[in-house]
Amino acid sequence: MRLLISLLLLVSQSVFAIPQIQHWQTSNGANVYFVAAPDLPMLDVEVVFDAGSARDGKKSGLSMLTNGLLKEGAANLSADQLAEKLDDLGAKISASVSNDMANVKLRSLTKPSLLEPALELFELVLTQPSFDATSFERLRQQTIISLKYKQQSPSSIVKKAFYSAVFGNHPYAQLSHGTIETVSALTLDDLKQFYKRYYLANNATISIVGALNRKAAEKLANKIVNQLPSGELPAPLPEVAALKKGQIIEINHPSTQTKILIGQPGVARGVHDHFALYVGNYILGGSGLVSHLAEEVREKRGLAYSTYSYFLPLRVAGPFIAGVGTSNKTVDQALKVVKDTIRKFMDNGPSEKELKIAKQGITGGFPLKIKSNSDIIAYLSVIGFYKLPLDYLHKFNENVETVTVEMIKTAFQQRLDLDKMITVLVGKRS
Amino acid sequence: MYKKLGICVFLLGYSTSLIAGDVHEFTLENGLQLIVKEDHRAPVVVSQVWYKVGASYEPEGKTGISHMLEHMMFKGTKKHPPGQFSRIMAANGASENAFTGSDYTAYFQTIEKSRLPLSFELEADRMLNVVFIDEEFQKERKVVLEERRTRTEDKPISLMYEHFVATAYQNSPYHNPVIGWMSDIKNYTVEDLKVWYKRWYAPNNATVVVVGDVDPQAVFALALKYFGPLKASKIIPPYSRPEVKQLGMKQITVKLPAKIPYLILGYKTPVLNTIAPENRWEVYALDVLSYILDGGKSSRLSKNLLRGQQIAASINVNYDIFNRLTDLFTFSGTPTSKHTISDLQFALEDQIKQLKTTLVTTDELKRVKTKILSSKIYELDSIFYQGMKIGMLETIGLDWRLYESYLDKITAVTAEQVQAVAQKYLIDQNLTVGILEPKEKK
Repeated sequence: MRLLISLLLLVSQSVFAIPQIQHWQTSNGANVYFVAAPDLPMLDVEVVFDAGSARDGKKSGLSMLTNGLLKEGAANLSADQLAEKLDDLGAKISASVSNDMANVKLRSLTKPSLLEPALELFELVLTQPSFDATSFERLRQQTIISLKYKQQSPSSIVKKAFYSAVFGNHPYAQLSHGTIETVSALTLDDLKQFYKRYYLANNATISIVGALNRKAAEKLANKIVNQLPSGELPAPLPEVAALKKGQIIEINHPSTQTKILIGQPGVARGVHDHFALYVGNYILGGSGLVSHLAEEVREKRGLAYSTYSYFLPLRVAGPFIAGVGTSNKTVDQALKVVKDTIRKFMDNGPSEKELKIAKQGITGGFPLKIKSNSDIIAYLSVIGFYKLPLDYLHKFNENVETVTVEMIKTAFQQRLDLDKMITVLVGKRS
Repeated sequence: MYKKLGICVFLLGYSTSLIAGDVHEFTLENGLQLIVKEDHRAPVVVSQVWYKVGASYEPEGKTGISHMLEHMMFKGTKKHPPGQFSRIMAANGASENAFTGSDYTAYFQTIEKSRLPLSFELEADRMLNVVFIDEEFQKERKVVLEERRTRTEDKPISLMYEHFVATAYQNSPYHNPVIGWMSDIKNYTVEDLKVWYKRWYAPNNATVVVVGDVDPQAVFALALKYFGPLKASKIIPPYSRPEVKQLGMKQITVKLPAKIPYLILGYKTPVLNTIAPENRWEVYALDVLSYILDGGKSSRLSKNLLRGQQIAASINVNYDIFNRLTDLFTFSGTPTSKHTISDLQFALEDQIKQLKTTLVTTDELKRVKTKILSSKIYELDSIFYQGMKIGMLETIGLDWRLYESYLDKITAVTAEQVQAVAQKYLIDQNLTVGILEPKEKK
């Protein structure tokens, strides 16, 4: 028995294969990122356009409706027909939008008799969406209902107010769903124009993970974007302005708990101190029950079920957010504990011991980041879209190891200013 | 026609070779059950410990105590002070948590594979050696109260759902919410927790499921080392409290400050666990029926109510054959702004009526089966999900192999059987209607 156990340990210490990312461009300029995953007879393809809600302009919700309408009918296929054909193949097409990205995904089995027709449909969705008026109106109505739903959700209300206050006039101030007013004002022509402007081959990043070889992946990538035109790339997003002063926003809502978000503009993807902020935040509020915030707010005082912090690095500076939900009666106490915890961390940084343990945790947990095709394709899309180095995953642990207490302190002090934070509270204070 | 048939056969070809995987089953002398499934795609393992205890085991007045106990399992043992479990796991890069349901309480770690011994060591330790400190309990109770506020009190649909379920079930323990009623959470004592722990936490009431890049024999050896020394105890299964026969339709209207209305229809239906073996086809037929209605974008409710008539802005059908007790087959959704809750209810009842009067088409049936079969393959991408299925089946008292034969059973369902179960179970006498009526209030 003991032999078996030590064998198990021995094997695991050998270096395992971090997925090799292959990268190339299609003839019409789309960037492709591919990892072969031969074990399961399935394939994931994700196409990301620089067409997220940051491109909405004054028409907030435009990117999401445009992207969402793609799968509601294409070429000569109605929404019903398209849905039936996909279900007949056991394939799924899904779409989502965030601040920077518009994503369209296909998941299919790899038997040629299933995969080939699924890819045909995916290509049609990407290149020949119908933009049918009935589907548009239906999607608009569904969006409005979901916006009303968000009005009864404290966590949605707090998020909307927070982004609006942190980003002011910057496009990141608007969330992807838009508002009832802006969505009601959209026209089908707006969507068609948006599609025409941004759904370009050279504005697309294609990620592929699945049971196929490089040659088949090349063919696949060419096929799905072959009919997309190339064009002028979107203009760079404006820089995010730093906040001039702190602000507390209280929103009355008939809830028993108050949801609180505290934060300010953080950093863009690929900044030099990325890993110092990542490791630092892991210690401050990114490591579940053992983070400083969880320790102070939940473990020591029982003030909340959930408390956390994170940097969301985007094309330009995304937000730094610390969050907590606490009963209406304990708002002042929880808020003070959260702020004190952040302040203390900014002043002192973590201890050497905390840093050492955090590094062990992050590097030791690295294999979890690449344990499934879904995990891997999520990394591919981020690496591709933000043009991170192709060896990002290979160098990940190495980069984590280089971080020092001093680097964390410096990074946090340079990036954050506790006196100029936005604090939004949603709840019912008596 | 030909082509579609071909697809089905292909998919079946996948299913038998793949889904079965390499599953190994062991039982320790103290009764602990170990199930290991190999998945060598990444040097990672998920380890889950499942206990046969959950909200449906709880007596009145102590609802939610299984969930409260789940929280206390992180609050220290004789060997490890409060919080150390999570600190050790974090320092080893584990993704760890726990969850409680009506029929189970489970703890899990996803971890780099060489650290599996650590997971076993700490799980074995807290299986019998938790120390209940009142001060820790008092703090954690506050955390659970906040959890309930987040999950239920401040979410109109969740709060309405809780009222709906409590109306649908008269005496079945499914009547009570998993997290417990607010007043019960406020009432337990640390002594109650201790008693509940002693009663249910033992190797002979646990199933350990491991999925990942491991050698099953080596995992068995580890289990012997860490779980082997634990003493079995006498476990008295929960009382049987079958739901009384419903004698007529029930309805509840919940009025809350909300922005959109919400409707839910729930029909009491048998599940695998509660139906005689010779009638099991009924349960599989109900499952197929749920997919005909809501199994992908081409299914009937999407096609007819979301698109076609545009009565619903969102719609959901839910039926889970893997439960311990009689469950609800539910339809839920929100009407579009041009329609009312009554319109939506009428449209749903019309869809149900059609299932009773007209056979589902061959194409629909094939599509549903393709959908289910392909989902099974996609599920293999998640080691956590694979472990979850095995652990849940075993914990509710079913053989995990049922999950494998599931595919064959589904494939065998006929249009006539779908019609028969619609006629038998989707009837007013089994129905509870829940309505969330928004009420503006300051």
